[in-house]
Amino acid sequence: MSNPNHNTGHETHAHHGDHGDHGHHDDAPHGSLYDYVVGFVLSVILTAIPFWLVMGKVIDDKTVLSLVLLGIGAVQIVVHMVYFLHMTPKSEGGWNMMALLFTLVLVVITMAGSMWVMFHLNTNMMPMPVNMNSMP
Amino acid sequence: MSNTHTIAAGPRTSESFYLKEEHHPENGTMLGFWLYLMSDCLLFAMLFAAYGVLGRNYAAGPSGADLFDLKLVAINTAFLLLSSITYGFAMLSMYSKKLGKTLFWLGVTGIFGLAFLSLEIYEFVHLIHEGAGPQRSAFLTSFFALVGTHGLHVTFGSIWLVTLMFQLKKHGITFENKRRMSCLSMFWHFLDVVWIGVFTFVYLMGTLV
Repeated sequence: MSNPNHNTGHETHAHHGDHGDHGHHDDAPHGSLYDYVVGFVLSVILTAIPFWLVMGKVIDDKTVLSLVLLGIGAVQIVVHMVYFLHMTPKSEGGWNMMALLFTLVLVVITMAGSMWVMFHLNTNMMPMPVNMNSMP
Repeated sequence: MSNTHTIAAGPRTSESFYLKEEHHPENGTMLGFWLYLMSDCLLFAMLFAAYGVLGRNYAAGPSGADLFDLKLVAINTAFLLLSSITYGFAMLSMYSKKLGKTLFWLGVTGIFGLAFLSLEIYEFVHLIHEGAGPQRSAFLTSFFALVGTHGLHVTFGSIWLVTLMFQLKKHGITFENKRRMSCLSMFWHFLDVVWIGVFTFVYLMGTLV
């Protein structure tokens, strides 16, 4: 008899929804229709802008354009994280965020480090001695 | 009766106080799956780094500006984005316990996934027929490795999705199926996140040369 009462209590709690913090059975935090629609609209805008910038040849300076593209891409990734993956600093007791931050640190080290080292290597190796090329 | 109750409740409330502070997730599957996704993220980071380093080494072959068809990429991006929101609709239908609607939206998601894959396979076949296969240059090797790995993920995600549709049909919206749906949801949206990196870093910036 007490069980169904318990359940309905949880249901209403979950509907008030601080992203399923109370929910026994809805283990994953889940968003509302509003979240998904907002995320989708933002994503469409953030996808359309970079394609327009490149295909319409809006910005001539390639360095500036690259930075703008990377910036918009980063913003869109955050939008996906928040609206589609429902990331909050509190989800899974904060461990989600910890793992994400740790991964981001590793990703930045990997990407920036590889490119830094390899481009330095490239510039240092580029002027190949002529006699080396003609060696048999 | 009420006295013993309060005595018994004494330590329990302090316990729940601690639980509130630390909040251990009752089911570790979501966190575990998230950790898997993070490791997958590192895998993609390596491939992105490889592309970042090798992406301009054409070996006198074609460059991204010669090869990439941005219209095709835009359509592909739209497919993946649409599949993301239709998966969201499937999740919402599942939470409101509508099995038929859930299956419908999962089906739509699967169709978008397959459309994405077929366009990508078309693109790959087209490139290879033009002589721009993975063995042509370091640029193309890293390109095929990165985009191909993403495509492989979408392939397995689609297989998982079809499997889940059968499980939902057989067992209904059970606790286990909800958990599976949540995992696939994370996986599917994560693939979309990776694709943002791919179309920005590989396709759009690759055509700027």
